Amino acid sequence: MSSDISNSGHKPDGSAKQKAPPVSQPKFWNDPKKRSLLFQVLLLSILGFVFYTIIDNTLTNLEQRGITTGFDFLSREAGFGIAMSLIDYTEASSYGMTFIVGLLNTILIAVLGIIAATILGFILGVARLSDNWLVAKFSALYIEVFRNIPLLLQIFFWYYAVLRTLPQPRQSIEFFGSFINNRGFIFPAPVPEAGFGWVTFGFFAAIVASWLIARWARKRQELTGQQFPVALTTIGLIIGVPLVLFLFSGMPLGLDHPELKGFNFKGGITVIPELIALWLALSIYTAAFIAETVRAGILAVSHGQTEAATALGMSKAKTLRLIVIPQALRVVIPPLTSQYLNLTKNSSLATAIGYPDLVNVFAGTTLNQTGQAIEVISMTMAVYLALSLMTSFFMNWYNARIQLSER
Amino acid sequence: MSHSQATDKMMVELRDLNKWYGEFHVLKNINLEVKQGEKIVICGPSGSGKSTMIRCINHLEEHQKGDIIVNGIPLNEDIKNIEAIRKEVGMVFQHFNLFPHLTVLENCVLAPIWVKKMPRKQAEAEAMELLERVKIPDQALKYPGQLSGGQQQRVAIARSLCMNPDVMLFDEPTSALDPEMIKEVLDVMIELATEGMTMLCVTHEMGFAKTVADRVIFMDGGQIVEENEPHEFFNNPQHERTQLFLSQILQH
Ligand SMILES: Nc1ncnc2c1ncn2[C@@H]1O[C@H](COP(=O)(O)OP(=O)(O)OP(=O)(O)O)[C@@H](O)[C@H]1O
Ligand SMILES: [Mg+2]
Repeated sequence: MSSDISNSGHKPDGSAKQKAPPVSQPKFWNDPKKRSLLFQVLLLSILGFVFYTIIDNTLTNLEQRGITTGFDFLSREAGFGIAMSLIDYTEASSYGMTFIVGLLNTILIAVLGIIAATILGFILGVARLSDNWLVAKFSALYIEVFRNIPLLLQIFFWYYAVLRTLPQPRQSIEFFGSFINNRGFIFPAPVPEAGFGWVTFGFFAAIVASWLIARWARKRQELTGQQFPVALTTIGLIIGVPLVLFLFSGMPLGLDHPELKGFNFKGGITVIPELIALWLALSIYTAAFIAETVRAGILAVSHGQTEAATALGMSKAKTLRLIVIPQALRVVIPPLTSQYLNLTKNSSLATAIGYPDLVNVFAGTTLNQTGQAIEVISMTMAVYLALSLMTSFFMNWYNARIQLSER
Repeated sequence: MSHSQATDKMMVELRDLNKWYGEFHVLKNINLEVKQGEKIVICGPSGSGKSTMIRCINHLEEHQKGDIIVNGIPLNEDIKNIEAIRKEVGMVFQHFNLFPHLTVLENCVLAPIWVKKMPRKQAEAEAMELLERVKIPDQALKYPGQLSGGQQQRVAIARSLCMNPDVMLFDEPTSALDPEMIKEVLDVMIELATEGMTMLCVTHEMGFAKTVADRVIFMDGGQIVEENEPHEFFNNPQHERTQLFLSQILQH
């Protein structure tokens, strides 16, 4: 190269090339780049061929058995009932609706599970490192027990051993107009009456006010150093303001009380035992794993950090909040993401106890009735893939944000 | 040789201090009195209990027997006393222990804001003044990971000084530093000493000891073996163990 440059002043490109010593070209299959390209092309062709054969084969089979293909089935009437639906659904609804109902039920259990598992997991993870012997040992025991029992067994436990052994509807456990029995948890449904708008308004006004107060408190601390109990005020406002408005506007909220009619309850809102069992099992199981990642994250923050904060006179709580947790989060977020993904995917164990999630309703009943396996299974897989990708993207974004504020 | 700036006011008192790690007796009947403005250098072989002793003073380690009194406040179970003492005692560690997720300036203002409840403006102004004193005001907005070891240790000193302490504890502040950075940190410490700060330094920098110390303390096996003013200590050590130790470190 360097000799080329020194020559280039005098000679045109052509002659420089002539002078270059002949480079021996490696044989085609000995050049690593070409070789890897060749292998990739080969692999792709094989994969393509395999998929083509499978799909072609299936289509032929389906045709022979007289099963139509395509997505037309989605608009046909489903003709079966679903135990729990967040939207209006009847037997007369379409197969497309069964997909939506199942999807919403899956999202519901995933979101409820993630919230509960995160709160429980963080508490347990911090507790595991507590100076209090009893607290630390209890947390350790919890983690060891629930991490090591298969999830399906835990779901069965909550469902069959706990919830299904509750009394019949006629012997329901009753409190404050709510009922617990082996058909689930039934409580009065709130029915807003005229004037309830004030309460809703008060609720949102309280949120805005809390936000303003938090801003004011931060400003004031910067200027005068005085601290303000923002968290307590926020809780007080958000609960207090709507409550006061509610009382002053004459309690404009009717209740649709559940009543025992025949063998079951009519009215009110019913949370089916399948949902409760699945939610308990998923949250309790995943919390054990989250607790471990939280513990690992906290341990990854060197002891010197806590010592430096302590030597500066900071309390334990402030050290945890301002020094340890922000640093631990960097370590915790990636494994936390995979726990969230696990929980979402594990929620498909719903089928085992009959919670009507996507797999149970759509990849189960709908698939059985229509026989359109390819369409149903690919739609279901696409949903899980999309949910996982969305969770990953969100957590990656959050991770990038907290990493950025470091450096 | 420095002329002593010590006043009559007692700043740190250790009386019959004893500490055990399980069965292991780390500190044995330590008695030490440090007056306001005095500079004490503590040396001794590894494992002799130097760190443990000064870490007892701000209760990073718990002692089992004896009394510790800092600026008239007895160190006992009372959490209020412990907090009060920690506000008066600054500490600099061997490995700096800066908070890596906060900028240099944020490192410095964190404790004044959250512990002393100082307005941020004022805390930042005071922190900038101190960063100027340790000669790195231009690094204020960088993160600790972007600084050299010497710079980090100077930030750590500034961070402690931000709490306006009456006593400073140093635990081998230069022993994790490359040789060319030791001087910049020692210079800051010498300046601090000339300004009259009460200092307890665990260090093997004998040059520093000769320049600023009012007394040098030699520890071995959890006891204070010898205590003298620096000239006597280095030129005329009384105990055999002190002589052996000095001959070993002066070889380097
Ligand atoms: N947490 C602990 N548990 C048990 N033993 C400890 C603990 N910390 C220190 N020790 C022991 O106490 C003794 C004194 O330790 P210390 O750290 O005070 O020594 P040092 O004089 O500072 O030594 P160095 O020069 O190596 O820093 C050592 O023998 C050490 O092994
Ligand atoms: Mg030490």
